[in-house]
Amino acid sequence: MTTNTTTSVKIDADQPKQTEETFKPRTGSDLLVYALKEQGVDIVFGYPGGAVLNVYDALYKNPIRHILTRHEQGAIHAAEGYARVSNKPGVVIATSGPGATNLVTGITDAMIDSIPLVIFTGQVATSVIGSDAFQEADIIGITTPITKHNYQVQDVRDIPRIVKEAFHIANTGRKGPVLIDFPKNVSADLFDVADLIGNDEPIYLPGYQPNTKPNYLQIQKAAQAISESKKPLILAGAGVLFADARSELTELVEKYKLPVVNTLLGLGSIHGNHELNFGMAGMHGAAVANDAIQKCDLLINIGARFDDRLTGDTKRFAPNATIIHIDIDPAEIGKNIPTDIPIVADAKEAIKALINKDIQAPENGEWLDFLKQKQNDFPYWYVEDENEILPQQIIEMVHAITGGEAIVTTDVGQHQMWSAQYYKLNNDHSWVTSGGLGTMGFGFPAAIGAQFAKPDRKVIAIVGDAGFQMTNQELAVLKEYNLPVKVVIINNSALGMVRQWQELFYDGRYSQSLMPVQPDFVKLADAFGLKGYRITTIDEAGAILEEALNSDEPAVIDARVKQLENVYPMVPAGKSLDDIVGVKRL
Amino acid sequence: MRRVITVTVLNQSGVLNRVTGLLMKRQFNIESITVGHTEQPNISKMTLVVNILDEVKLEQMIKQLSKQIDVLKVNDISEKSIVLRELALVKVVSPANLRIEINAIVEPFRPQIIDTSKNVVTYQVVGNPEKIDAFIELIRPYGIKEITRTGITATVRETQPIETPQLSILK
Repeated sequence: MTTNTTTSVKIDADQPKQTEETFKPRTGSDLLVYALKEQGVDIVFGYPGGAVLNVYDALYKNPIRHILTRHEQGAIHAAEGYARVSNKPGVVIATSGPGATNLVTGITDAMIDSIPLVIFTGQVATSVIGSDAFQEADIIGITTPITKHNYQVQDVRDIPRIVKEAFHIANTGRKGPVLIDFPKNVSADLFDVADLIGNDEPIYLPGYQPNTKPNYLQIQKAAQAISESKKPLILAGAGVLFADARSELTELVEKYKLPVVNTLLGLGSIHGNHELNFGMAGMHGAAVANDAIQKCDLLINIGARFDDRLTGDTKRFAPNATIIHIDIDPAEIGKNIPTDIPIVADAKEAIKALINKDIQAPENGEWLDFLKQKQNDFPYWYVEDENEILPQQIIEMVHAITGGEAIVTTDVGQHQMWSAQYYKLNNDHSWVTSGGLGTMGFGFPAAIGAQFAKPDRKVIAIVGDAGFQMTNQELAVLKEYNLPVKVVIINNSALGMVRQWQELFYDGRYSQSLMPVQPDFVKLADAFGLKGYRITTIDEAGAILEEALNSDEPAVIDARVKQLENVYPMVPAGKSLDDIVGVKRL
Repeated sequence: MRRVITVTVLNQSGVLNRVTGLLMKRQFNIESITVGHTEQPNISKMTLVVNILDEVKLEQMIKQLSKQIDVLKVNDISEKSIVLRELALVKVVSPANLRIEINAIVEPFRPQIIDTSKNVVTYQVVGNPEKIDAFIELIRPYGIKEITRTGITATVRETQPIETPQLSILK
């Protein structure tokens, strides 16, 4: 096990020199900041408070770039966006009590989507822990089920070790959030430098040894199954992206002519317009992708976890297929779908092993022809409306204007599904969405983090009007850092997906899903000193989007779309993928 | 199906909470759980007894437990040759005129009397849980004042029966 577990990011060229000469860590907080720099951290997202005053003082003296969001939830979603786009751990700091509990949604979101985060929370002094002190919350107890691991620092001398372990755990194996709870007295404790110098011992975690190398015999079996199959299909999930294995996946696909479908979170693991990419599968996936799963004779799952939104009724999922499941987390194998050939490994290693096998490519010409035909005959569809803009049209325009090159973030719901369907991504690490937890209010702060990770890329937050109102206070961050994030609000004055389900399954009883009263989003942008745009007709949409998206400034675009538009195709919850509705022949 | 599972853990604060919390989150019902130190410093061993009907769920539970950073090893020892032990302290209403009778009845269970008062005797009985159940049922008619049981701890026997394939003329 190596000591250097993080990334190759360097702190700004002149900063460390200056700090190494003038900065001498004295307190636990200094040590924490120092340990963060050791890990190559160059940006943190956070919000100060009483219990982390010492930490913020240390940051003041020995700066790491700190982004002050306007709510802790904004900070953690930004860190998630940063982590997804940069493929490095995001770092968050919050104070004790309410600061810490405000992170809970984001931590859970990161846990279920395997996003690497290292989270620091302040805590009251150890002498009063357990006395219901001011701003005390048992954040270790609260976050135990929603973190990969958590720590409470009891001794200032443990800080370097704990920080090192936390980054290692967050960013290896199946990634995830690690929380470090930092009592105030420990953050102020002085330490003896002699206790720390030479603190270069390798990480020792006997209970944590993730396996990354695939088993040779299993690869052999998988290779044989591939060459013998007539209707093979790859299901590529986010594991491919976490392993940074897009080029390997593309090579594998092209070498053996294997068709691919993506999970929602796996979008970008292969070019959106690749000829062997048959789109997203699952509840609102493409007709061809779902049909491919149901008809294939070999399903090669690489880094996806057979989530219920993908599988529908698991008993009737891929009924004819031999299942190969490649996952770094052994607990995912066989959890939802019985697996014939399990391979516990890093996606990149496993794909490479399959490429190097040099097997006979399967005879699947007929299968590919069938899929091509189906893809052409049953595309995503909508019926244009004379009077109203359709949300799909807006997303198509965003795609056309940016040429598929942008980083796109979303919340959860209708706009998320339309973005997944119509925004064909050219690149990997460019799709930031709340998949497992389905968190409203995620997309916009995540875009902030994504923009900090990639200052040169165009970052577009496609959000719903309801979700945006959950975290729109972060507009202040766009102004403060002149961050050119573009917010495209798909505004249907409703909780679109809730309303759709009420229409389809509750006889149109729209219980609390319509929002007739909305803020004026253009004025809201204006209030933060940002440029706002409004789109009310399809004729003006193109020009306004072009101006807003091509500007170097932040922009908030309020696109007024048809309220009653539904997302199709759709596999009703709990039904089999065969029961897909809303499929139309071209 | 009752499963006996041993979990070897690093003796960190909160580790018991991690294990029980995980079982709760995944809806496994713990029948009994015991924890104690092992021969190695800083390492503890838990013995869990859980009722799981489904093989897949059992496998999932073992995998999820193994994933915990502080968990070193998880073993399902139900199928092995094992020694199961539990200790119970049973307070029985035992007036002087009945005491000899009661002592005679419980004799085969080899309990120890660890406390006596005018009307109550406290027995300590050790054995596998079925033996303790039987002891309790036997003594119940006399009036049980209080029962305290430790839960099951278990260990795998050093010598396991060697599985020799059946030699069959039919093969």
